[in-house]
Amino acid sequence: MPTPDTASKIPVTVLTGYLGAGKTTLLNRILSEPHGKKFAVIVNEFGEIGIDNELVVNADEEVFEMNNGCICCTVRGDLVRIIDGLMRRKGKFDAIIVETTGLADPAPVAQTFFMDEAVGAKTKLDAVVTVADAKWLTDRLKDAPEAKNQIAFADVILLNKTDLVTPDELRELEARIRGLNPYARVHRTERAKIDIAEVLGRNAFDLDRILTIEPDFLEEQDHHHDHHHGHDDHHHGHGDHDHGAAHHHGNGLKHYHDEDMQSVALRTDKALNPDKFFPWIQDLVAKDGPSILRCKGILSFKDDPERFVFQGVHMILDGDHQRPWRADEPRDSRIVFIGRNLPEDKIRQGFESCIA
Amino acid sequence: MSDTQAPISSLADRARPVDAGAPVVGVHFLGATPVFVLGEDVLLFAGDDERRVKTHAGVILASVSDGKRIVTGGDDGKLIETRAGGENRALASDDKKRWIDQVALGPEGAVAWSAGKTAHVITNKREERRFEAPSTVAGLCFAPKGFRLAIAHYNGATLWFPNTGAAPERLEWKGSHLGVTISPDGKFLITCMQEPMLHGWRLADGKHMRMSGYSARVRSFDWTAGGEFLATSGSEQLILWPFDGKDGPMGRQPKILARAEARAAVVAAHPRQPVVAVGYADGAVKLVRIDDDALILARQSDGQPVGALGWDDAGQTLAFGTEAGAAGVLAL
Repeated sequence: MPTPDTASKIPVTVLTGYLGAGKTTLLNRILSEPHGKKFAVIVNEFGEIGIDNELVVNADEEVFEMNNGCICCTVRGDLVRIIDGLMRRKGKFDAIIVETTGLADPAPVAQTFFMDEAVGAKTKLDAVVTVADAKWLTDRLKDAPEAKNQIAFADVILLNKTDLVTPDELRELEARIRGLNPYARVHRTERAKIDIAEVLGRNAFDLDRILTIEPDFLEEQDHHHDHHHGHDDHHHGHGDHDHGAAHHHGNGLKHYHDEDMQSVALRTDKALNPDKFFPWIQDLVAKDGPSILRCKGILSFKDDPERFVFQGVHMILDGDHQRPWRADEPRDSRIVFIGRNLPEDKIRQGFESCIA
Repeated sequence: MSDTQAPISSLADRARPVDAGAPVVGVHFLGATPVFVLGEDVLLFAGDDERRVKTHAGVILASVSDGKRIVTGGDDGKLIETRAGGENRALASDDKKRWIDQVALGPEGAVAWSAGKTAHVITNKREERRFEAPSTVAGLCFAPKGFRLAIAHYNGATLWFPNTGAAPERLEWKGSHLGVTISPDGKFLITCMQEPMLHGWRLADGKHMRMSGYSARVRSFDWTAGGEFLATSGSEQLILWPFDGKDGPMGRQPKILARAEARAAVVAAHPRQPVVAVGYADGAVKLVRIDDDALILARQSDGQPVGALGWDDAGQTLAFGTEAGAAGVLAL
């Protein structure tokens, strides 16, 4: 059956964030920019701020388990229905934005696009964008597992209301976010003011867009390091009241290790054996899928001239050959898992046993 | 496989083309007039003179017909009845303007619809009653006998008796049930699920039936003449589950006909003969004779999925249309 290529699919952006973080402010900002695009907006029923858009659909956030015995295979039943209905207006909008409630888990929303064929045939998940309140994020990370989930799951994070905290606090917050999710793009914003190109059209779930797997702050915030080098001791002394433990690296960067949410990055320059790798990763996500929020990988298989890339949400994996390895790039295999209480030693040993 | 067989006979050239100009999402007949339900808000009466009747201020999400009227639910929160002359009127509206996305017609003019978790019925005495389902209503149908409404929802289905105080009967099965039908003899209730499978209950004793093996979610099903089989979409062939005995399909294999490269997208059983019209995801429409798997091509494939098809009451005329807005009427 001919399936529409990804370019013709309607992109869907998921906006998450704890109560009061500024999701609706961001949403209204996106809608009011002079971009000439039309959006269909799916909001939860209990939103208090009005949405200024022609096409707004109220959703019930019904999370349904798939009938396959896996508790993490959940979909948003209401989205299946709403997107089916919205696609009857095809041509009337260019993109869909789903705003979740503050307490929502982003995973069922994301999984809907992989588990429901009709939804996946017509739309594609573009990115999960999380808005965090700079003033309250530290507290929420302590008392609200949902808030931690939303940060760990995100592709793009807006650290919002930066005008309400000091520069020192801001740096500490970024370090904290990095401890949960080193791979998301983090933007500092006031009143959710941001170039919408940083939020929309990210193709974060597109296999063709998996270019590198590097923690994002190496690229983006190197120039900050020297400036706050001197503050690190100060932070260190206050480590007690933090939930995570901070420690120094040689370059002066401070790293937080969250107690229960972390990322595990794996790398080898030795080629992998696909006959060992695929059974291993499938078994891993089948058993530990509930604790793995996101994963992503670029792989070099023995005697294979092409890069293999994959990405996943809980126990759903999506992978394909991407392109031939270039002569000038190292044939490394890299994988990152972001999750809760990940069995790091077991994952590392399993990965190493896949070396050809 | 079909590609190694002799070319099947074709009536495709005899079909009268109709330029719907918009995705066809439903096909009904009002008397002898084929009516195409179009995305977004138009009913196209494709009789001798073509007429377009605008119904909702928005998108039509569901439509049903009893041959005398078409009842549609829309994303404008309205339930609208349109009759053969094209005249229409609102039967009901949702007070919060929520989507009305499930509609069913019952005995003696009864109508059921749903918005969110609430199922509504207008009885033959024009009384309105409502039922709160445990989750969003995803399918509605009336039982062939008695005044009972079947409601599909998360983790099962409910049989509701709008005219009595009797407690609704809950049929449980884990998972999301997205459509419901009751066999013409009233003995079996079948749902299609989020997963590529059907689930069934024998109503007499609640015994379960699982009908799986599909390559995709089943989005279309129809009872063949006399209720002998349940014809279903969702696979690269026509799957027919036997319901002729007291056990239905329990412990039996389905009949598998009309193998094709493309997936069956929609099915409509002939009202009198053991024949099923199948619309495929590649645009082909075939008539399939159940007894011997003889095929007649009613529409050539053109790569655009068939969106809907339907027979007139006598089974003399088949109408079909694609998601790209090409439609046709074939008189047999």
